[in-house]
Amino acid sequence: MGPLIPNGVIPYEWNSIIAILIGIAFGFVLEASGFSSSRKLAGVFYGYDFAVLKVFFTAALVSLIGILYMDYLGYVDISQLYVHPTYLWGAIIGGAIMGVGFVAGGFCPGTSLCAVAIGKIDAIIYVIGIMIGIFIFSELYFIFQPIYDGSFLGNITLMDSFGVNRYWFVFIFTIIAIVVFVIADIIRKKQKKIFY
Amino acid sequence: MKIDTQKNSHMYWNPYFGGFLLGIIILFTFYMTGRGLGASGAMKSGVVALVDTVTPSHAEKNAYYSKFISEDDSPLNTWLVFEAIGVLIGAFLSGGLSGRIGWRTQHSPKITRKRRLVFALGGGILFGLGAQIARGCTSGAALSGMAVLSTGGFITMFAIFGTGFLVAYFFRKNWI
Repeated sequence: MGPLIPNGVIPYEWNSIIAILIGIAFGFVLEASGFSSSRKLAGVFYGYDFAVLKVFFTAALVSLIGILYMDYLGYVDISQLYVHPTYLWGAIIGGAIMGVGFVAGGFCPGTSLCAVAIGKIDAIIYVIGIMIGIFIFSELYFIFQPIYDGSFLGNITLMDSFGVNRYWFVFIFTIIAIVVFVIADIIRKKQKKIFY
Repeated sequence: MKIDTQKNSHMYWNPYFGGFLLGIIILFTFYMTGRGLGASGAMKSGVVALVDTVTPSHAEKNAYYSKFISEDDSPLNTWLVFEAIGVLIGAFLSGGLSGRIGWRTQHSPKITRKRRLVFALGGGILFGLGAQIARGCTSGAALSGMAVLSTGGFITMFAIFGTGFLVAYFFRKNWI
């Protein structure tokens, strides 16, 4: 019964080794999908390349459906999985700041690491920027703490928030994603091609 | 150079194939560790370790750094730091196999190299700040949060991409 390491099926000593192996797979897939290119990533905001949208939502759907199946078949206990906590205003304000950073810099942290690995100088500068941002946050923590710790709603899921049925939600979310993928292709055909 | 980059741009994987494999990786990560992936967490550990090395007393007094410092262990000994090392290796392998490795600054031909680097630095600062406020970035909060239907994960995802589309107009010169 999973998750394997917290339940002691795999000894804890393997944790760091598995972390590196998972990281290698993560980095390989991101880079091979073109996420080491800031111009490809930024394309989603201007309609000339929707790779971010397609990769991101396909990954979300595969993991969502996969977790439901693994729970249903008894391989993993869904109640033991870590649910990212909801700090309402932290998520909104932090997300909004990240959105501006994304369009300005053309990367997010994971993709910038991939670009650093293949020698992109803009990505190296971007990672230095991220570390400065974290440093600013930490030094001014007393200012940010009310947002950081405030409006805490717990480790809630959409089922808790809206009372939706898990399975129906994933089904409808899948349909929406497919429709969005089709619309994205229509929009992209109307934009002029950009080579990078 | 121009032909080279054009050829490279067609050598990426089909996005649905990449997305499918990424989903499998997230699934595997939850199956193994009970948690999702992350990226900005490793950089936070880096900053904490750096400050803790330069001025240990300052790091201990600060309410934020001190959360991640313990007496007998380095702040770098975390799952996400090992994962980030893996990401660097994996991306290097993929880039190497496709001939994409090399020192270069990628930017639109309409802007200068300097402008690209200034915006990269500013964007990075904002992303780093935002990722701390939201307790995670696109990987840790949005992607891994969505996999377990976390409300916060969905809100963060909508906030990132929603704001991105809202402000995209003001940064258009950098990209198109």
